[in-house]
Amino acid sequence: MTFPVQHAIYLSLGLFTLGVVGVFLRRNIITVFMCIELMLNAVNLAFVAFSRAQGALDGQILVFFVMTVAAAEAAVGLAIVIALHRSKDTLDVDAFNTLKW
Amino acid sequence: MLEAILFYSFAGLALASAVGVVAQRNPILSALSLIVTLCSLSAIFGLLGSPFIAALQVIVYAGAIMVLFLFVLMLLNVPRREEGDGPRGVLKGVAILLGLLFVVQVGAVIAAHGHAAAPAGYEATTQSVAQLLFSSRFLYVFEATSVLILSALVGAVALAKKDL
Repeated sequence: MTFPVQHAIYLSLGLFTLGVVGVFLRRNIITVFMCIELMLNAVNLAFVAFSRAQGALDGQILVFFVMTVAAAEAAVGLAIVIALHRSKDTLDVDAFNTLKW
Repeated sequence: MLEAILFYSFAGLALASAVGVVAQRNPILSALSLIVTLCSLSAIFGLLGSPFIAALQVIVYAGAIMVLFLFVLMLLNVPRREEGDGPRGVLKGVAILLGLLFVVQVGAVIAAHGHAAAPAGYEATTQSVAQLLFSSRFLYVFEATSVLILSALVGAVALAKKDL
């Protein structure tokens, strides 16, 4: 007996929701970034599970591209975090409200 | 049977450490919890018949991206003060409520429509994934990602440098 693929989709749903809730709850900008990574991973899991359910390989290729984009996003995002920390000396997301009216 | 036991234990581990990422107040502990989540997801990818993605997950996510995160956390030397509750007290309840609502709604959709019987003998080996990746369908997209990585590299250096 093996596990149904559907349960992997449920796991993906749970991880994605935790990531969304974390983006709303956390104030440290790096933790918010980690929650975004969590959401990207949940999407990867859904792609792999659907790929498995359909018996097609296209989902695997999409996971490859999502990982590439995640790596680029992490590099640029963390560079922005360093630049923000240099200008305001804090990592609190509420401190960066220059564009907000 | 063994597959099911492994799947559910790694799924529980992934969910528990994901809760740790969100609930932890110290960002370094969040990062360490996230590494546990990524490694258990890698095991789940392996159980779903995708050894290539499982290896990529450990190398790229747990290896490269999380090292970058920890490096920045150590570099910035964030004070470990408690986050103030402030106006977020109400938002916290709303966020958790909306999260539960989302889980119930999408979960109901999956429960209603998600009964696909997985075809037997499915194995996404490195060879089969690479043959599709380098076929004419995806080759140009693959080459475009190298441009993306290069521009991210240049952009990261330009952003983080004090005066260019």
